Amino acid sequence: MEGKNGLRTLLLVLVLGLMLSFVLAPFAWQVVTALKPSGQLAQLPPLLPSPPTAQHFMAVVGAPGFLRAALNSTLVATATVLLAFALGVPASYALAKLPVRGRGFLLAMLLFLSMFPAISNVGPLYLLFIRLGIRDSILAVVLAHSVFAMPFAVWTLTSFFQEIPDDLYRAARMDGCSHLGILRHVVLPLAGPGLLSVGLLVFIFSWNEFLYAFTLTASPRSRTLPVAIALFPGVHEIPWGEIAAAAVLATLPTVLLMLAFQRRIVSGLTAGAVKG
Amino acid sequence: MDLVLENLVKRFGERIALEIPKLTIHRGEFFTLVGPSGCGKSTTLNLIAGLEEVSDGTLRLGERVLNELPPHRRDIAFVFQSYALYPHRTVFGNLAFPLELGGAPLDEIRRRVAETAELLGLTALLEKRPRQLSGGERQRVALGRAMVRQPQLFLFDEPLSNLDAPLQTQMRRELRRLHRQLGTTFVYVTHDQEEALSMSDRVAVMQAGRIRQCGTPREVYEQPVNIFVATFFGSPPMNLLPANLERDAEGAWARVGAWRLPARICGEDRKTDAVTLGIRPEHLRLSREPAADAWPLQVTLCEPHGALIHLELEGDGIHLTAAERGQAGYALGEKVWVQPVREWVHVFDQRTGERIGGGET
Repeated sequence: MEGKNGLRTLLLVLVLGLMLSFVLAPFAWQVVTALKPSGQLAQLPPLLPSPPTAQHFMAVVGAPGFLRAALNSTLVATATVLLAFALGVPASYALAKLPVRGRGFLLAMLLFLSMFPAISNVGPLYLLFIRLGIRDSILAVVLAHSVFAMPFAVWTLTSFFQEIPDDLYRAARMDGCSHLGILRHVVLPLAGPGLLSVGLLVFIFSWNEFLYAFTLTASPRSRTLPVAIALFPGVHEIPWGEIAAAAVLATLPTVLLMLAFQRRIVSGLTAGAVKG
Repeated sequence: MDLVLENLVKRFGERIALEIPKLTIHRGEFFTLVGPSGCGKSTTLNLIAGLEEVSDGTLRLGERVLNELPPHRRDIAFVFQSYALYPHRTVFGNLAFPLELGGAPLDEIRRRVAETAELLGLTALLEKRPRQLSGGERQRVALGRAMVRQPQLFLFDEPLSNLDAPLQTQMRRELRRLHRQLGTTFVYVTHDQEEALSMSDRVAVMQAGRIRQCGTPREVYEQPVNIFVATFFGSPPMNLLPANLERDAEGAWARVGAWRLPARICGEDRKTDAVTLGIRPEHLRLSREPAADAWPLQVTLCEPHGALIHLELEGDGIHLTAAERGQAGYALGEKVWVQPVREWVHVFDQRTGERIGGGET
C-alpha cells in the first residue's frame, strides 16, 4: 500500500516537474541571458553567467524610452481596469438583478464580441481611431483593451452578483437603499473577492497585450512596455542582453501580483463555472 | 390602522397572477395568507411591501395610499424566509442598518438597537457575524432588524420553514408572544396549514391567485366553503365520497351505495344530484358492534401517531381514513362498523366543488 503511494507521488512530482520546466524554461533562459556579460551571450558554456552582471539592467533602466513605456503601461492597465469597473459594475448589477428586457441576448452578444480574434478588429479600430484623431494616444490603447476587458468583466461580475441571494437585495430595499445604495452597501462589500480578481486579470491582460498597443501607437509618447521591448533592436546589432533584461523587468509586476493574490484569482476564475 | 386591499390585480405579462376584490386586515391582527406554492400568497406580500408593482387597484394603510410609495417609506417591515442578513455586517450592524439609512443620530441608533436586542435576547451576540450564529439566532436577528424601525406592519414570508421541527414549535410561540407584546399587525405567509391554524387570528386561504375563504382558523376548518379549502386543512386530509342526493317525504338524503345519510341542503333545488361528501378522519365513529346504518369495513392499515392512530378502512368500493384514539386497539384485517358524526358531514356540489350543505344536526 505504502509502496504504491510512494510510486504515485514520484510520478506526480515527475509530471509536474516536466510541465513546470516546460513553462518556466523560456523565462529562466531570459533571466540567464539578462545576467550574462555581453561577451558570453553567444557562448555555451558557460550555461550560467560568470560573473553575473547588472549591466543590461542598468542600460535598460537608463534608456530613455523604457521608463516612459513602463509609465504608459501602468497608466493603460490602470485606466482599463477603472473603465471596466465604472461601466461593468452597474451593467453587471442590472443584468444580474434587474428585470432587463433581452438580458440573455445582451449577455450572448457580449460573449460573442469577446470571441472575435484581436486581429479581426484591429484594422477597423485603427481606421476608427484615425478618424477620431486619437491614434497614438493612451486613450486609444485603453479603448482597444476595453473591447476585451469589458465583456470579460461584465460576464464575470454578473455571475458574482447573481450568487448574492435575491432576498438580500429585497431586504436592502426594505431597509431604505436605492439601487446605487444597494450597490454600495451590499453588492460591493460582498463581491469584493470577485472585483479583486476581475481587476487583477484585466490589469494583467492589459499589461501584456501587444497587438493593439503595437498597431495603435506610433511614438514613445504612448508606447507600452511590450511594444517598446519589441522595438528595442538597435540599428547595427540586436542587443539581446537588454531585451532580456527589459522582458524580465516587465514580467515582474504581473508575477508579483499573481503570487500575492493567486488564491483569489483562482476563486474568481472558477466562480462563473460552478454556478450561473 | 387597517390595511385595505381593494380590487388588487397583479399581472405578469398577460397572465393574471393575483386578483383580490377586497381584503381588510385589521389593526393589531395576526393575519395569515396560506395556500399551496404558486397560489399568489408571496406575490400579495411583495405588493404590500412594494417590492413588486401593483398592476391595478389600491393598497391603503389607514388613510395613506401605498401604491406609489417606495418600500422603505411605507412603514412596513419584512422578515424573509432566508433571513437575508447582511453577511459582512455584525448583528449590531444588521440591526442598525435601516436606522442608519433613515439618518438617525448615532446615540439614538445605539439606544434602539440595544432595546431591540434586549427584547429578543440578542445582547450577547451584537458583535458576532451572521455566519457565527445558529438558525434560531439568525431568525431572531432578522426579526430584530424588522422591529428596530417600529413599523406599523410586519410582513413574514415563510419565516420558519428553514428551521428544524422543535425550533419551529418554539419560534411559533415566540412569534405569538411577540405579536401580543408589540400589538402591531402581522401579515404572515405560509404553505403550512398547521402553522396557519395554530398562530393566526384570521386566515385567508388562497389558490390560483384568488382568496377562496377568509375567516378564523375555526371557521375555515369547520365550515370550509369548498372542497379545496376542506382538503387543504387537516392531516390526514378529509375523506371525500361521491354520493347522490335523494329526496322523499322526510327530506333530503345523500346516498352512497347501500347506505344513506340525512343531508341538509341550503338554497334552492339543485340542477345536479351528484354531490361529494366530506368527512374528516376524526369524525368517523368506529365500533366492533354492528349497527343499522353503519358500514362494515376492513382495517387495511394501522399507523400509530402517538396519541392518535390513523386507520385505513376499505370495503364495498369505499375507502376511508379514520383517526382514532389508540385505546380500542383495532388490528389489521379486523372488521369494524363505521359511522360518520352526522353534524360534521359536509356536502359539496360535485361539479363546482362548492359547499351546499351538511349532515343533519
